[in-house]
Amino acid sequence: MLTFTFRRLLLAIPTLVLISLIIFLLLDLAPGDPLADQPLSIPPEVRQKMRDALGLDAPAYVRYLLWAKQFFWVEPLNFVDWAIGTNFSEGLQRIVSWQFRAPVFDIIIQRIPQTLWVVGLAYLVGVMIALPIGIISAYKQYSWFDQIGTFVSMVGFSVPPFFSGVLMIVFFAIMLPWFPSIYDTTLVVNDFESFGQQVRQMTLPVMVLALQTTAQLSRFMRASMLDNLNHDYVRTARAKGMTEKVVLLVHVLRNSMIPVVTVIALGIPSIFGGAIITEQIFKVNGLGQLLITAIYANDLPMVQTLAFIFAVLIVLCNLIADVLYGLLDPRIRYD
Amino acid sequence: MTDAPMLEPVKTDTSGRSQWWDVWDQFKTHKGALFGAAVFLFIVLAVTIGPFLWTLEPTFIDIRARNSGPGLAHPFGTDQLGRDILARMMAGGQVSIAVGLTAMLISVLLGTLIGVVAGFFRKLDGVLMGLTDLFLALPLLPLLLVMVMLFRETLARSFGPEMGTFILIVSAIGVTSWMQTARIVRGEVLALKEREFVLAARSIGTPSRRMIMRHVLPNVLSPIMVSATLGIATAIITESALSFLGLGFPPDFPTWGRLLFDAIDYLQQYPERVFWPGLAISLTVLSVNYIGDGLRDALDPRIRGR
Amino acid sequence: MKLRTILMGAVAAMAIAPVAHAERGSDGEVKIIYWQAPSILNPYLSGGTKDIEASSLIVEPLARFDETGALVPYLVDEIPTVENGGVAADLTSITWKLKEGLKWSDGTPVTSADAKFTAEYCMAPDGGCAQSAKFDGVKSVDTPDERTIVVTFTGPKPVPYAAFVGAQSPLLQAAQFKDCVGAKAQECTSANFGPIGTGPFVVTDFKPNDVITMKANDNYRDPAKPAFATLTFKGGGDAASAGRAVLETGEYDYAWNLQLAPEVIAKMAEGGKGTPVSGFGTLVERIEMNMTDPSPDLPEGERATAKQPHPILSDFKVRKALSMAIDRPLLVEIGYGQAGRPTCNLVPAPELFASPNTECHTQDVEGAKALLEEAGWTVGADGVREKDGKKLKLLFQTSTNAVRQDFQALIKQWWADVGVETELKNIDGSVFFGGDPASPDTFQKFYADVEMYANNFDGTDPEQYLGQYTCEKAPRPETQWQGENINRFCDPAYDELVAELGKTGEISKRAEIAKKLNEMITKDTMTIVPLVDRGRVSAHSNSLGGVVLNTWDSEIWNAADWFRIK
Repeated sequence: MLTFTFRRLLLAIPTLVLISLIIFLLLDLAPGDPLADQPLSIPPEVRQKMRDALGLDAPAYVRYLLWAKQFFWVEPLNFVDWAIGTNFSEGLQRIVSWQFRAPVFDIIIQRIPQTLWVVGLAYLVGVMIALPIGIISAYKQYSWFDQIGTFVSMVGFSVPPFFSGVLMIVFFAIMLPWFPSIYDTTLVVNDFESFGQQVRQMTLPVMVLALQTTAQLSRFMRASMLDNLNHDYVRTARAKGMTEKVVLLVHVLRNSMIPVVTVIALGIPSIFGGAIITEQIFKVNGLGQLLITAIYANDLPMVQTLAFIFAVLIVLCNLIADVLYGLLDPRIRYD
Repeated sequence: MTDAPMLEPVKTDTSGRSQWWDVWDQFKTHKGALFGAAVFLFIVLAVTIGPFLWTLEPTFIDIRARNSGPGLAHPFGTDQLGRDILARMMAGGQVSIAVGLTAMLISVLLGTLIGVVAGFFRKLDGVLMGLTDLFLALPLLPLLLVMVMLFRETLARSFGPEMGTFILIVSAIGVTSWMQTARIVRGEVLALKEREFVLAARSIGTPSRRMIMRHVLPNVLSPIMVSATLGIATAIITESALSFLGLGFPPDFPTWGRLLFDAIDYLQQYPERVFWPGLAISLTVLSVNYIGDGLRDALDPRIRGR
Repeated sequence: MKLRTILMGAVAAMAIAPVAHAERGSDGEVKIIYWQAPSILNPYLSGGTKDIEASSLIVEPLARFDETGALVPYLVDEIPTVENGGVAADLTSITWKLKEGLKWSDGTPVTSADAKFTAEYCMAPDGGCAQSAKFDGVKSVDTPDERTIVVTFTGPKPVPYAAFVGAQSPLLQAAQFKDCVGAKAQECTSANFGPIGTGPFVVTDFKPNDVITMKANDNYRDPAKPAFATLTFKGGGDAASAGRAVLETGEYDYAWNLQLAPEVIAKMAEGGKGTPVSGFGTLVERIEMNMTDPSPDLPEGERATAKQPHPILSDFKVRKALSMAIDRPLLVEIGYGQAGRPTCNLVPAPELFASPNTECHTQDVEGAKALLEEAGWTVGADGVREKDGKKLKLLFQTSTNAVRQDFQALIKQWWADVGVETELKNIDGSVFFGGDPASPDTFQKFYADVEMYANNFDGTDPEQYLGQYTCEKAPRPETQWQGENINRFCDPAYDELVAELGKTGEISKRAEIAKKLNEMITKDTMTIVPLVDRGRVSAHSNSLGGVVLNTWDSEIWNAADWFRIK
């Protein structure tokens, strides 16, 4: 397993370089202009000068190599400088966003707290609720619990966040003024009161997001459990006199986890991708909002960097999932 | 472990009664599935035959009747321009159901194909999973914009504007949503192919194609069904996002997702406007979910035999 | 009805509110929400409204336009004119005199050298300055003494109020930006994120595309202002949620640009926490007619260029009929309510420049039909008009926006009533206005028969705006599809008149020419079919006093005068 992991990690490097190139080419090909959000009253000659100032007219391969150098060399150096106080990176140009004229990493770091608080927590909550629901629904298939679970999760998955988010605001911020409708990213949690405030402002977006995760995951959990519950080994285990709890939570659950692990692993990178619509509705302004505004503003350095970080996480999480398959089912071999 | 070998029940009866009759027999006994099928059939009939019975044009503007509530003239009321919502729901349903089903099929077929091949043939695993990672990593919006830029005019020229847009939308949704299914199916196949019954089948020299069709696919059916059900909901919503970006149907062309989106600003004044499209999407997804449940039970030989 | 009551209530509240209020910083915090989030606070690097308006709280120009469009002095004592000798008689220079004792927020004095520096900063060749049009024709900026700024032009400048006037062209501090000239402008992150200014507030923390926190400027020239000690400027989301936060939940004090259907705003206002306010500027929603043939059958390079005149729309009668079929008052009612009014002009304001033309305000379906008949388009079997076997079918594109899609649907129906078939298309705004020459969907490329969008001009003088419709400004392959003459309108008489406007100094004469130009492009040729003169609707909470909505400058231009109604 260890050699497998190591080999896969090595193999991931060329894959990621290729992915970064393809992302770059895709962004380069996509229609758009970083000056799209500038007012029409700015004349074309001025626009051209602004474009030149951004370095847009260099050929594509030059811009790609520049980005690659900045991402793989300058930014790590910068991190080292920041961590141990050296100044290796002095005079080297970092990746600079076209919208802000500021290093993209500074802004990404600014966005991480609210993203983890809201999207990460929602994911965690979603997983914690979904697994028991899925297990009970499968064990008591077609009971009232299962029927309600199915109904709620299917309806929950069918109503998109652009609807459920607004609905939440209308109910819980306007009609019943319990929660704020706007997330305050400047809030510093340093005492009990501010913690309470943080919890209050997180509640609505976390609810909206967790609903989606729960709905999706509980369906996979249920289906997978159902598949395994009918196997002969379950009957054998029961015949051996094992308690239902052991049968269910040790034998069946372990064998049912493969698709669930896959889905959970696929979801983790998307925490960092942020939740575009929900973030917009509650103005959480996390990584999702950063990505979408960068895409709309055609801020290619920002989009490229975010998309690539996302790619690294995807490759890593999927690798972790592969390793977990092996632990869940030792018969799975890769080499 | 207690994992007993499971051999496929050998089909010896040659009475002409095909396997599909067994499937149907089992399906019939599943109440939820029958109910789901009935609801789904009703929705499909309502949106296809409905417009012949309720002949108001979905795009006809009757400005004097705008924002009217449900009544005899307009059973579901009218929108902010005085267009009849019942007519728009029916016209929108045709598109949404067609897009939802087709895009879901493309996505599930593609995902299953790639997942099975990657899981079953070790040599292809690395390449195919690399491809999956790539598609997961590509930013969706620029990808869609590029697809539209490259293919819209070509497709519109060869299939006509409406069919061209339809093909573009379903393939755009399909091509950008197969990855989850592929990863799930591959994970299951990896585990399956080390099971005793597969090893047994392999040892008697069963060709790969037959192994996949006979032994592997039936056993990964349930996650595929779940993916399919969820895929329909996603496709219907994604379609509205696409037309919103200008990548989809013309703006006066109603679809359920679009009706839902347009109604949100009016949530407080006219809550019924979000209700109808929301209900329609949810009902469709629920009914497909129950059909999927029934189908899965019916196709599972372990349950069917009993 | 209810909206009006609320409005009246607010007016009354403002009237009885104390005019002379306490001291600086006594009213606590004020919270502003913009649904587009500011990404930079240096207006010379971004022309985006959100960025300019956010920065207007911090940096200030020498003079601003007030809510009526009149110039008011800010950092100077009076507006230079020919009469007071501030503008040279030959119109080639203007002399500004800074107020005495002005200080930057860091306590250092504001001098004429800062103005000279600001001009150099924006005119530097590699700086990518978004406002360099403001410095067009500036030959030099001289500083005879600490307080005197002399701007000399390369030739007579009939309207010399561009540089250092309005929110687009504020003064930067030379000391802060001295290392940021030219290509380095892009790298000065901390200066761009927190410019030192003379305005009522200073930046304490700027999170780009998210939130700005500010505090009162200790060195602000009026010791009693601003009344608020801190200001939070939140960005992001959409117009509806911004409106809710001010009008329904009361979490915020001021919401910018509520582009929502009038009934939605009215419903929100019933929440009773705030008041919508509106004002008019020069923004006109219009339909542009394509004078060239956008047919995809034509080879690239000829498609939508002057070589191929439009087969249908080249006929004035057709364009006129299309305009006559539209019911503008209804469009206003559906889309903009109190924030819109029907217009037939490209230049709807200032009053001096606005043509009195109102003939398009009434819809004339029969007249439109008659005109089409006259032009040879007869009704075919399916109700669509045809001529020589060609159907009267148009492709109508616009950007994605709920109101625009409603307008498209309405206009499609009106045109159908007179026998014109319309195919609708909507394109995402970032692509449509993006100007990417590789994309077929930009408004400049205009691969459609008609398109709808809105445009306006900065300040109060329409010379540059009307100058956009000269022949050589047509977007075409040779210019990488850049250019402002979207319609590819070309009339030598028009070009001559534009040149004449550039030479005319006398204001009444200028107005006359501007009106003539406006009519040539609208009612005389129907190249541009104006629909709605669009106002701006914003909202403020009922406890926020002193708000004066201004569409000629930054909307929050007078934030220094805002106060809390107790």
